[in-house]
Amino acid sequence: MLAHVFEAAGLATVALSLVRRQAENIRAPRMLHCQFPLGRPLGRPGDAEFQHDVLRRAFALLARTDVPVLEDHPVVIDDQADEPVACPIPPHFDPELPAAVGEVRGLRAAYDRQLARSGRTLVGRERDADGIGELVARFVRIGEGASLADVGFDDHSAIAASQDIRAYYEEAALALVDHVPGARQAESWFYRSTATGAALRAARDALKSAGANRMVTGYLLPATQ
Amino acid sequence: MGTDDRIRGNVGDVPVPVFESIAATLAPPLDRCRVAIVTTAGLRHGGPAELARAGDASFFVLPGDARDLQLSHFSPNFDRAGFTADLNVVYPVDRLHELAASGVIGSVASQHLSFMGAQFEFSTLMVDTGPAAAQMLLADGVDVVVLTPV
Repeated sequence: MLAHVFEAAGLATVALSLVRRQAENIRAPRMLHCQFPLGRPLGRPGDAEFQHDVLRRAFALLARTDVPVLEDHPVVIDDQADEPVACPIPPHFDPELPAAVGEVRGLRAAYDRQLARSGRTLVGRERDADGIGELVARFVRIGEGASLADVGFDDHSAIAASQDIRAYYEEAALALVDHVPGARQAESWFYRSTATGAALRAARDALKSAGANRMVTGYLLPATQ
Repeated sequence: MGTDDRIRGNVGDVPVPVFESIAATLAPPLDRCRVAIVTTAGLRHGGPAELARAGDASFFVLPGDARDLQLSHFSPNFDRAGFTADLNVVYPVDRLHELAASGVIGSVASQHLSFMGAQFEFSTLMVDTGPAAAQMLLADGVDVVVLTPV
């Protein structure tokens, strides 16, 4: 949609697409459809050569005047949600803490290593890394029947908190496996293998049963989790 | 069917504006073009990290030398680990600088822009923030925009 606005203003555009049906409907002047994982429009993290190939193919469309043009990148990359990354999970040894909160503490060193390596983090929408355990404890309570308001959330802050928690785990996972996982492999590990992932799923299910706003139950976790 | 394919099936036919005529600007030769990135990943720089509001049609300026970017996109329905590992997989700013250094493109814009995707109401984008973004890019001498989704 923005491509139409920019072209009308005098800017030439090339748009990458990740959803071909949307690309067909929007009819932007020049589009390169990339059948790559959602969230990875340049295809392969850490692969500059592949990313250059995507850009080269996109720029090649600039000379086309037979708009709308919709070409396909010849490579297809699928997500790997069904193959969770093999990542160690800290043992639960403190009976005073919910397992999920203990897990958060156990992953802190890995999270810090990834932060030191990359210099950036996606944690911080609702709390920084020091506050992740407390956020997780709130979701544990929601799973046990508390309402969002009972634990100090509104719809927006609950979603923001869930994204902070996910980022904390996925960034820790990057340090623990020491390679870039395939798309959704870290996500699946988090939601399907960890105590905190289970706590978030339980919280989502409890909120659904209590008739909570569909916005929050729909966006607390990925729709496919 | 993969996870992404299920989501593609859910969003593929989300209604979009119909453009009867298609404006198309012809760019100068690529090796003379100034290139900017406009992403709909909901990236932000500076200020406190925060989650964008659903339907937020505003845009944010990403300084050309900034790499400590936040992902404020509202939707949880896409992979985040790729961006965490290499922001170029969403926002190929380092690739553009390499292309400029090798003479493939003329230059890289001094700043780039980010909107949030997953919009269902387009009026603001079409008549307000979209044209304002275009004017900002033109003022920087930009010829070509690479649009990247998530």
